[in-house]
Amino acid sequence: MTETIYDKSVPGRVGVVLPKVDVPTSDLPGDLLRDNLDLPEVSELQVVRHFTNLSGLNHAIDKGFYPLGSCTMKYNPKINEDAARLPGFAQLHPLSDDDGSQGALALMHTLQGWLAEIAGFKGASLVPAAGAQGELAGILMIRAYHADRGDSRRTKILVPNSAHGTNPATVSMAGLSVVELPSDENGDVDLIALRAACDDTVAGMMITVPSTLGVFEEHILDVIEAVHGCGGLMYMDGANMNALLGIVKPGELGFDVMHYNLHKTFSTPHGGGGPGCGAVAVGEKLTPFLPGPIAVIAEEAEHEDDAPLYALRMPAKSIGRLKAFQGNFGMHVRAYAYIRTYGAAGLREVSRHAVLNANYVRSRLRGVYTMPYDRICAHEFVTEGRFEGVESVHALDISKRLMDFGIHPPTNYFPLIVHEALLIEPTETEDKATLDAFVDVMLQIASEAKENPTLLTEAPHVTPVGRLDEVRAAKELVLCCRPLPDWAHTQAGD
Amino acid sequence: MSYIPHTDVERQQMLAAIGVTTIEDLFEAVPARFRFPELDLPEGMSELEVSAEMQALAEANDHGGDFAIFRGAGAYHHYTPAAVGHLLLRGEFLTAYTPYQPEMSQGTLQAIFEYQTMISQMTGMDAANASHYDGATSLAEAVTVALEASRRARKKIILSYGIHPHYRAVVRTYHQWNGLTITGDDAERDYEALAALIDKDTALVAVAYPDFFGRVRDFRALAEKVHAAGALLCVVANPMALAIFKSPGQLGADMVVGDGQALGIPLSYGGPYVGFFSTKLAQVRRIAGRIVGETVDKTGKKAYVMTLRPREQDIRRERATSNICTNQGLMALAATIYMSLMGKQGLTQAAKLCYHKAHYAAARIAALEGYSVAAGEPFFHEFVVKCPKPVAEINAALYDAGMIGGYDLGKDYPALQDHMLLCVTEMNSKDEIDTLVHALEEAAS
Repeated sequence: MTETIYDKSVPGRVGVVLPKVDVPTSDLPGDLLRDNLDLPEVSELQVVRHFTNLSGLNHAIDKGFYPLGSCTMKYNPKINEDAARLPGFAQLHPLSDDDGSQGALALMHTLQGWLAEIAGFKGASLVPAAGAQGELAGILMIRAYHADRGDSRRTKILVPNSAHGTNPATVSMAGLSVVELPSDENGDVDLIALRAACDDTVAGMMITVPSTLGVFEEHILDVIEAVHGCGGLMYMDGANMNALLGIVKPGELGFDVMHYNLHKTFSTPHGGGGPGCGAVAVGEKLTPFLPGPIAVIAEEAEHEDDAPLYALRMPAKSIGRLKAFQGNFGMHVRAYAYIRTYGAAGLREVSRHAVLNANYVRSRLRGVYTMPYDRICAHEFVTEGRFEGVESVHALDISKRLMDFGIHPPTNYFPLIVHEALLIEPTETEDKATLDAFVDVMLQIASEAKENPTLLTEAPHVTPVGRLDEVRAAKELVLCCRPLPDWAHTQAGD
Repeated sequence: MSYIPHTDVERQQMLAAIGVTTIEDLFEAVPARFRFPELDLPEGMSELEVSAEMQALAEANDHGGDFAIFRGAGAYHHYTPAAVGHLLLRGEFLTAYTPYQPEMSQGTLQAIFEYQTMISQMTGMDAANASHYDGATSLAEAVTVALEASRRARKKIILSYGIHPHYRAVVRTYHQWNGLTITGDDAERDYEALAALIDKDTALVAVAYPDFFGRVRDFRALAEKVHAAGALLCVVANPMALAIFKSPGQLGADMVVGDGQALGIPLSYGGPYVGFFSTKLAQVRRIAGRIVGETVDKTGKKAYVMTLRPREQDIRRERATSNICTNQGLMALAATIYMSLMGKQGLTQAAKLCYHKAHYAAARIAALEGYSVAAGEPFFHEFVVKCPKPVAEINAALYDAGMIGGYDLGKDYPALQDHMLLCVTEMNSKDEIDTLVHALEEAAS
């Protein structure tokens, strides 16, 4: 494996030359000064080579196919990166006066409006930093709404058993309890169980549409009616919004609040784990509770051609701040550029083609791979990573074998309710040839599983490292490559 | 159509393979009366047109390319070496997902491991996670760790007045339904007075280093009192200051959190930044977020993998202590590259430039008629200036002279009307500082 950057360090080497001190110097407070800063001492070229070589060990959308279900690994347009780096955005201080940030505020205000419009809602906040924080915002808003009406009995949130782990974790963070709902044989919410759970202690329900199984909930209107009927509010996890642009508006279906993942649906890059943006959109009832600050029009323009005056404001009954400042603005810029590029008609094409691609791959894999829910899918579908008569091969082995062909594995072992799940999401930006090549590899792997299963169980064979000893990582817990100074050890014994 | 590559012929072939005639046939499960709504959005545009529109929006802002910035208050204007941006744009980093599949993600994993190492070294802690959303949410997560450490028996959280107002607000948002008493930040207190609030119910005490007003306060005595009461001490630190000041770990902190924005991440109107989170080993199994550990592959080759995974929401679900999933990975990478490039000497030098320039500015402003500068305590690169007029008026004058002036403290601290928080970094030349002093003098008259 590659040496760490510390391994390349040579005492006294300097990577960056800074200006000389051009002011009279002042005394430093002696009793508070540190005696050692253990950072690498390397040249610029060493740094450039180190990180360039590290990058080469990654798979990425720019390198090859990445059909990672529920993550929407679509192409991230380069123009959006350039836009976010314009000095007018990148060098704009977050506590600028509103007068001095009218361009940024106009962008945020417009994007809030677009996100509300796309999902059929009345308002939006761009503050949440990621989907999970959007969920927290949503559940806190639901809780605040009930509290505001003086209803404190509602302490439960209904969550289907196919949900992302963030859903139940969010409910707990908001101090509410989770009621898990079973799914029926079609992968839809079990309506009988749902109706039995609906009473006046239900604050709301969180549901992913289309579901994490990649199917449109057939009874979604019944689900919403049941929850509204008992006074609960409906939260839509918008992780799968890439299937719904211009296809259906969640707000029109009756949802009260949802979050977007701008890093999925609107193509801001995943960056190896973030940053994202989990913007939330809400109906009339919840707009006063939005997390802030949000961009508003402070003064309408006097003349039609003039711009209004924008400002940042906290909504009247806001659940509060979720972050310092006003959100991951760089992500807002990229999403704005993305939506501006596609426009209304283009966004519908995004979802139409995302669904077309998923169904095409599903159709070609049918018969060889088991489809637990054998029906038209949305933008992704779940299959089973196992073969009759080949007990030794699991979804994990198929995943690892795919790597040998330069393909990132699908999401595996999620959703939890499918045995040996492989969740496949091709996205709309992949062409037919790429999809065909993927299918061919999947079919080849299916043959290999029967003829030479060790090819799978010992895969991957050509990646920079083979399968890892994860138990050792957790047991020995090596989290840093440098020892701490002596004082740390003496203090630990105090 | 933009980034969708399909031709008509391919679409027809794909539909035939699926066994339907049109793409619309794939959406029959969507309730018919809500299917295919109109979207009231503008028409799509070419890249050329989008580019022009983005330029126009960007230029409608007063930014660091056109103005000298003397504003900090939690977001700092520093120089970032060109190599950081170039490396960050590599698609292999930029367009990768979370490294759940370690065989295809060793680049991201090793970079996180190096980030964890650098953060641990800077803060004087045993371990760091792969990041939180920002400094504010790192602090909110530290509160959760402290609650868990007391097995949710203790319910009191003491926050210093000197912690960024937004950070304190975020702690209150996160924990609004957890039945906590969050106190200590209603008024200015020295650390002795803050320690007097500690009782048997106290799970956590948090202070800032330097604090929101720029002051660098020794908290060793406070740490002893916190520990004597069986509570934990969390320090919110500015990593740039840590290049020259003693690590919080050495002064007795149990957890050190903060925002890594100063480490090579642009101001970008508030984000994306990176929340760092580091801890002594005692709490490492309680912290939220991703952690990368070293291990070996099946041939014995050194490799990296996300570890202690059973803490996380996708496995523990409603029993997880945090729902965090996506973090600020790419910004943590930016900080790692920045710290590597600046290195031991460069970062120390940058921090000293900030220190000396800020002290020069403070001394000159203190000598101006009508202005006074809070004195008596060590500070890093920010300081409080009492102005002879409302801050908005002073800043309007500075604006006309090509400067973004200090932060108006009256917005968050009613007792500090007419006080501004000024920040000076290595970006501000002596000429700029002299111009600032002159403009302040003019503005007073």
